[in-house]
This record gives sequence, structure tokens and C-alpha cells, in this order.
Amino acid sequence: MSSSTLDRPTPPDEAALQALFDATIAAGHRIEPRDWMPEGYRKTLVRQIAQHAHSEIIGMQPEGDWLLAAPSLRRKAILLAKVQDEAGHGMYLYSAAETLGADRADLTDKLIEGKQKYSSIFNYPTLTYADVGVIGWLVDGAAICNQVPLCRSSYGPYARAMIRVCKEESFHQRQGYELLLTMMSGTPEQRAMVQDAVDRWWWPSLMMFGPPDDDSPNSAQSMAWGIKRHSNDELRQRYVDMSVPQAEALGVTFPDPELSYDAETGHYRFGAIDWEEFKQVISGHGPANAERIARRRAARDDNAWVLEAATAYAAKQEAAA
Amino acid sequence: MSMTSEGGHGAVPTGPEVPVEPKAATARRDWPLYECFVRGKRGLNHVHVGSLHAPDDEMAVHAARDLFTRRNEGVSIWVVKAADITASSPDEKDPMFAPSGDKVYRHPTFYEIPENVPHM
Repeated sequence: MSSSTLDRPTPPDEAALQALFDATIAAGHRIEPRDWMPEGYRKTLVRQIAQHAHSEIIGMQPEGDWLLAAPSLRRKAILLAKVQDEAGHGMYLYSAAETLGADRADLTDKLIEGKQKYSSIFNYPTLTYADVGVIGWLVDGAAICNQVPLCRSSYGPYARAMIRVCKEESFHQRQGYELLLTMMSGTPEQRAMVQDAVDRWWWPSLMMFGPPDDDSPNSAQSMAWGIKRHSNDELRQRYVDMSVPQAEALGVTFPDPELSYDAETGHYRFGAIDWEEFKQVISGHGPANAERIARRRAARDDNAWVLEAATAYAAKQEAAA
Repeated sequence: MSMTSEGGHGAVPTGPEVPVEPKAATARRDWPLYECFVRGKRGLNHVHVGSLHAPDDEMAVHAARDLFTRRNEGVSIWVVKAADITASSPDEKDPMFAPSGDKVYRHPTFYEIPENVPHM
């Protein structure tokens, strides 16, 4: 045997690697970054995790708009903590995306250039302070429905990030609901504000679960890979079933005349979702798309000097050491 | 195969054989990746909690505090540049860990003790 034969790397046996990967998924074990994985699995995860991270970062904006107008120091401190959490969630998720070979700054660039998406929900404006409460209750409530099963996602770093995120989301939802309870015990005008906010956010929150199952081309593969654990429609139904009693306790109604309890199935039936609106918002024509991206772009460009200054300082310290 | 720590979950191959998204090079991508470890409370080990980018060690500690201990999750933080971590590589998986696989006698359950023998 010549030495050149020994030096030549053996070509990886793709079928054997695939079999090992499939067996790991089938056994319910986690895939870790160092494992071989199909290119489609890697790409799907990068897309989903990046989209998720972008949503957390863009999600700071609608509520951040109310930081300076919070009605009390207590509410301001709570809102500040919540917005800071969203930044943290974005960081956990970008870290998870990096384990797949993605580059964080590159992902941000793709977001700003419109090549990657974020949740459609953040393209709606926050018109009154009641919106802050409704976002916590409904939007974060929907996020929890989506995210709790992701704690068991087949990709280890994603699942671990989601566990951290879910621990904090519970605070988000409860602070929102408590805010609304407080407003509902106030004046008729305050109660009307809450109902108005619910009317505006209910349908968009249902759209957060994504297109219906028969129009969700990637879902089946994602479920086979264990990235997703439940279908869009399953999660949406779970969310509706959870939210109706919460609305009753709060004393508000959802803007859906067809919403009714089906004793046979034990689920609430609800009306048809306007998927045309969803498509418009996702493709960049929502009420606030341009504003959200413009602000993210400004944050990147206007603050670039801070990153450069810190880099220069670190280099100087290192040279002096 | 070259390896690098990968967001704190072990190590990941980064050689040319591993396909990754193409990267553009600009100045702001220079901040190194740090792995962060938090001691939850006295009496516990530092445990890996995640990773972040920072320009230097001190900033990494500050950022780790903000990112991982917003709710009293820790009493002490360690950070280390991911590039400074040496890890076992996937290629070595078998020879590296195989020796313990056939040594069942290292576990207490290997030994059968009559039931009437107390405290064992």
C-alpha cells in the first residue's frame, strides 16, 4: 500500500451517514452541530432560526414605541424588562443559527435587504397603550403555543435556546394580561381601548401560526425531521381553545361572529382567516413593514461606529499588554 | 478536519469539506465568539449557558451578565474565547469513547450482592 493511498481521505459514505442521522431522529435523540446532517435539514433550520431571531429583534420595535409613554414608572420598568428580553431571545437564536455555519452579521444584512423574513405580526402598528397589553396576552400567547413544542425540536441548540425563551415568555404574557385586567377595571374609555386593541390584533395573531396545513409546503418535511412537532392548524386550534376562556375572564370579545364552542369535538370553531391579508403583509405590504426595516437599517448603520470603537479599543489594549 | 467551538454546544467541524453559507468579510465581523459558563449558586459547578460575540474579555463578561443573568440565574460567570477550546472531534468519537464501552465492571451494578447484605 503506497503512502499516497493512506493520505487520500476516504470519501464519506453518504448512505451510512444518512442512516445514522435517520436513526438518531427516529430514536427521538437530538442532532448536535458536530453531527452529519442532510443539507436540506441544515438549510431549513438556518431559515427557520434566522426568521425566528429576526422576529425577536424586530419585535422590540412596536412595544419599544411605548417606552417613553408608559403611564407609570412601574409599567415603564416592566416594559423595559420585556423589550430587553426580546433582544436576549434574538441573541440566543442567532447563536443557535451560528452553530449551523451561518454568520450573524450576514443574517442581519439579509433581513435588511428583505431576503429573509420575520413574523408578519410585527408589521402592525401599536396605536394605543392597550396594544402593549394585547401583544403580551395574544401575540406572546401565540408565540408560547408555537415555542413550547420547539423545546423538543430535534436540533439541540435550537431546542436549548427555546427552553430559555419559554421560561421568559411566561412573564411576557402575564404582564400583558395583568395590564389589561387593570385597564378593564378602569373607565369606560379604558375598557373601549382594550376591546379596540383586541379587535385589531385577534386576526393577525391567528395568522402567526402560518398558512393552513394544506397550503404549507415545508411542514411535512419539517415534521419528519422533528424540527416541528405539530402542524400549523393544530397549534392554531390549541391557541383559540386557550384564548377564549381568557377573553371571557377579561370581559372582551373576539371579532369573529362564527366563533362558537363545538361540544362534539371539544374545540372552538372559528371563521375564515383572510389569507390574502397575510400574503400582503408577509410580502412587504403591511402597515409598518417599511418603517420596521428602515429602523433596523438605521440601528445597524448609525451604531456601526460603536462596534468599530470597541474593536479598536480591544486591539489597543492587546497591543499594550 | 479543523474544529471550532460552535455556540457552546461542543465543537463543530469547519474545514472546507463542511458546507456553510458564504460569508462576506467586513470589519464588524471581527468580534470573536465567546462561550459563557454560569455558576447558578454556591456549591454548583459552572455550567455552559450559551455564547456571544464581544470585542474583548471584559466586555464579554458584561454582555454575558446582561444576556444570561437577568433574573438572578448566577453568582459567577466565566467566559472563554471559543477558539481557545480544544474539543474531541467527531472522527475520534469511537476510539475516544470506546474504551469505557466494554468496561461494565466499572459500574456498581456489575456486582451481584445477596439481598440479605445490608447497606450496600
